[in-house]
This record gives sequence, C-alpha cells and structure tokens, in this order.
Amino acid sequence: MQITMTVNGEEYTREVEPRMLLTHFLRDELGLTGTHWGCDTSNCGTCSVLMDGDPVKSCTVLAATASGHQIRTVEGLEVDGVLDPVQQGFSEMHGLQCGFCTPGMMMTARALLDENPNPTEAEIREAISGQICRCTGYATIVRSIRWAADHPAAATHTEEVAS
Amino acid sequence: MHGGLAGMMHGLASQDGVASDPLNRLDERGMDRKSERSGERGATRVRSRVTIRKDDVQVPAPFAYERATSVDHALELLERLGPEARLLAGGHSLLPMMKLRVAAPEHLIDLDPLAVQLGYIREQAGEVRIGAMTRHREILASDLLARRLTMFTDAERLIADPLVRNRGTIGGALCQADPAEDLSSVIAALQGRAVIRSRSGEREVAMREFHVGPYETVVGEAEMLIEVRVPLREGAGSAYEKVKRRAGDWAVAAVGAALWLSGGTIEGAGIGTTAVGGGVTSERAEAALVGERPAEEVFDRAAEIAAEDCDPVADQRGSVDYKRHLTAELTRRALRRAAARALGAEA
Ligand SMILES: Cc1cc2nc3c(=O)[nH]c(=O)nc-3n(C[C@H](O)[C@H](O)[C@H](O)COP(=O)(O)OP(=O)(O)OC[C@H]3O[C@@H](n4cnc5c(N)ncnc54)[C@H](O)[C@@H]3O)c2cc1C
Ligand code: FES
Ligand code: FES
Repeated sequence: MQITMTVNGEEYTREVEPRMLLTHFLRDELGLTGTHWGCDTSNCGTCSVLMDGDPVKSCTVLAATASGHQIRTVEGLEVDGVLDPVQQGFSEMHGLQCGFCTPGMMMTARALLDENPNPTEAEIREAISGQICRCTGYATIVRSIRWAADHPAAATHTEEVAS
Repeated sequence: MHGGLAGMMHGLASQDGVASDPLNRLDERGMDRKSERSGERGATRVRSRVTIRKDDVQVPAPFAYERATSVDHALELLERLGPEARLLAGGHSLLPMMKLRVAAPEHLIDLDPLAVQLGYIREQAGEVRIGAMTRHREILASDLLARRLTMFTDAERLIADPLVRNRGTIGGALCQADPAEDLSSVIAALQGRAVIRSRSGEREVAMREFHVGPYETVVGEAEMLIEVRVPLREGAGSAYEKVKRRAGDWAVAAVGAALWLSGGTIEGAGIGTTAVGGGVTSERAEAALVGERPAEEVFDRAAEIAAEDCDPVADQRGSVDYKRHLTAELTRRALRRAAARALGAEA
C-alpha cells in the first residue's frame, strides 16, 4: 500500500506492506537509523519518536497508521548545523554512555520542554519513565534535560562540539 | 492471572524464541478455549498452536489494512469482512499480540482516523461521556474527571507510562479485557456503562456485565464500543490505589472505591478490584458499606470482604496471600481517600 508521511519536515511517499512498523519504515525505508530498535515489546522506549509532537514508541505503531501524520526523529533535532539545546545538554551533562537509549530520551525531552519549558526534576523523571537506560542511572539524563531547560536559546554549531 | 500480557511478553522477548510459552500461559487463562468458540469477537483469538521462530517475533503476520473514515464505515467493514477482521485502536495491546502470533487477523480496520471524532470527555445529562478513542493521556489531563470522578485520574497516573498513554485508548483497554487492566474496575466501581453499536443499532451494557471472562467481552463480532458513560452524583468521592513493582508495570493488585454520601451516611458504594481474579467488583463489600457512616471499622469490614471475594493467582508478581493482603489494605486506603474526598477534606 502507498503511504505518505512528513518526517522532519520533509514529505515521503513509499509503497510498503501494511504490517511494516514505523521503526522499520524510518530505519529501513528512509535510512534514518538514529531511531533505535531494542525490546520490540513497547517496554524500553529507545524507538521513541514524536508523532504530531507527542512521543510514541515507534515499534508499536504501524507505518500505515502514521501515514498522514507529522513525525519527528532525532535527525530532526539539529537544524542547519545548529544543535538543539537538548542535544547540547546531553553533551554538557554527560547524558549518555553507550548512547543506545539516547535518541529516544532526547525526543521525549524535546516534547516535554515544548509543553513545559521549566519542568521540575519529578516532571522530568515522569516524562522519561517509559524509557530504559542501562548505563547512566538516569541522574545525568535528568541533569541534561534540566540543562536544556536552563539554556533554551543555546545555539551551538555542530563543529564547536566536534572540536 | 499473570497480570498484563505486555509484561508477560517482555519476559518472553528476552528468551530465545520460546514463543510457544505465551500460548501455554494463555492456555492457563482459558484463552485458547475461547478461541475455539466461534461467533465471538473478544480481544484475543488464538487460532492454532503455531510454533513461532525467533525471527517471527518482530513483525506481525501479513494482513490487509483498511482505514475507517467514520463509525458507520468501520461497522460496515466489520460486517463485510467478518470474524477475521479486527479493529485497531492505539495498537498497544493488539500489535504486540500480532508480533507474537497470539493474534493473526486477516484484516485490520484502523480507527486512528476517528481519534478526533471519538476522542472526547464531556458532561451531558448528569453523566460523563468518554469517547472510545479517547487516549489515556487525555483522561489523565481532564479537569472534569479530576474534579468529579477522581478515581480515573488516580488510576491513569499509574497506567503504563507516558508514551504508552499517548497511544492507548479507553476503548482498546476495555475491549482487550486484560485481567490486570485498570479502567474496567474504575468504571465498574463508578457504575458506568458501555455503549456498543452495530449496523442494526445501539445498546448499553453495565460495565459490571461487560466482561465475559479474561480477554473476553460482550462486544460482538460486528459491533464496536463507541462510548463509556459514568453517572455523576452529589456527595461523591472516589479513589484508586495500586501497587506495582516498578514504573510502567502492570498492577500486582489495585482497588478502586467510590462512596456516595447523603447527610453523613453512605448511600451507595462501589468497589472495583484489578489483577486479583474474582469479579471486577465486590458487591458484598459494597453492601456492607451502605447505610453506615464512614469510619475505620466499617472500612475494615469492607476490606475483609473484598479480600475474601477476590481469587488471585500466584505469579512472578506475588503469592496468593500477598495479593489477598494487598486487596484488603488497598480497599481500606481507597475507602479512606474516597470518604475524605466526598467530605471535601481532600482534593
Ligand atoms: C508496556 C505497557 C504497559 C501497560 N501497562 C498497563 C497498565 O498498567 N494498566 C493498564 O490498564 N493497561 C496497561 N497497558 C495497556 C495500554 O495502556 C492500552 O490500554 C492497551 O494497550 C489497549 O489500548 P489500545 O488502544 O492500544 O488498544 P488496541 O491494542 O488497539 O486494541 C485492543 C483490543 O481491543 C479491540 N478494540 C479496540 N478498540 C475497540 C472498539 N472501539 N470497539 C471494539 N473493540 C475494540 C481491538 O480489536 C483489540 O482486540 C500497558 C501497555 C503496554 C504496552
Ligand atoms: S523497541 Fe520500541 S519500546 Fe523497545
Ligand atoms: S546510555 Fe547506554 S542505555 Fe542509556
């Protein structure tokens, strides 16, 4: 069947099997492998992307259902070489170790801050409570998101981080 | 009951392709007996004892896909496509089951396009009406429910996690009829009703009669749940208490209590229990409350009865004794908070 969806502001039309999951559509059809795929049972949250602005577990959404919706993935955080404050926060506060959970965590953080620019620690913890990190113990992830809340206008260029 | 198919499947996914396990475990819950019954459209249809290879546990088996453009369209499709068609709401129970081949419908009718039309919470004719496609997130955010039917808000805070709540719907939750599902006992305790529609008309069923058994409801093959209606009463207070092992998990046990007070006396009461077997309500505990004034001894008595009435199964979440103990204690706590709310002493 033919589906059309907007991913990170760009419209894509593809022929897919109805049973294709959104995670696989993003990764295998569009090559957007930033969205990770872990438990496949809607428990770990590493596959989280924004669907019309709300974080959802893309391993449990059909690509067909997402047709006609706006999807945002981790690749859509950086715009024209400028990092999203959430990305910079994860860099500043060591919000990742292996990085497996990170794309999902960052997307949920982005959605949280869009809705609530000044969240408490409890609100941050609640927002990421559907996602598992096996490395950090969560404390640095919470700090990273808080950093992004404190620096909403941070506009770091990717080269600055790289250097 | 094992308390939550998703939780069960989580365990499964970490093992190496032992996916015949869920069928055995579903067996214990009487799920495959149900599959042999024809002519009923419950939440789960175990079609045959298929052996599942590890590679299969990633995507559902092939199916034909339709998008519902209206309720009438969905009903027409259900009628035309017959028993091998299933409705897809938020997909957070059905898609995991399809990945495991515990469900393998030939046709999926996606209700996602009806999310706006059937996504509402409104006060009308002395009751609150909630559309079938209303997502957990919207129920949690509702001021009306927080003010008048606080049990919903209590329960939603502890259902799954925020991401699952962004997709899961009240209609899907009720029709899935998982014994560990929370909203059924909430709505049963509050004496709510389900509105079920088919091409030939609409009927209302009390939530207390909605479940036929685990994973099985009265919703027929060519029918669809449209709306839930919960009466609003004066002097009412309600609360939901749940114990779970960790964030995002299903209940070990949970209890919802509603009290309707008049002149300081309990005029009506609702007790709903989750994940502990038995019925979703304890009518004997409710009867023990009516006519009494809210007090600890009265709550103790109701708690004892609710614990007697439940019928838990030992599993990885706890022993029978522990779950029975929890049922009593959570009944007590829920009654205390419901009374405080009815008396305006607690928000
Ligand atoms: C990780 C995880 C944790 C969870 N934890 C909890 C928890 O703690 N407590 C809890 O209560 N729930 C929990 N859930 C369940 C979840 O919140 C959803 O309520 C549930 O997945 C069903 O809703 P859905 O809209 O996704 O339904 P679907 O998966 O789309 O559908 C479920 C079933 O209902 C049928 N159906 C759907 N809508 C209708 C309709 N309108 N009329 C007739 N039939 C219909 C479908 O055909 C299907 O058989 C959890 C889920 C996950 C994935
Ligand atoms: S891969 Fe989607 S929740 Fe784990
Ligand atoms: S950084 Fe390794 S899982 Fe989170």
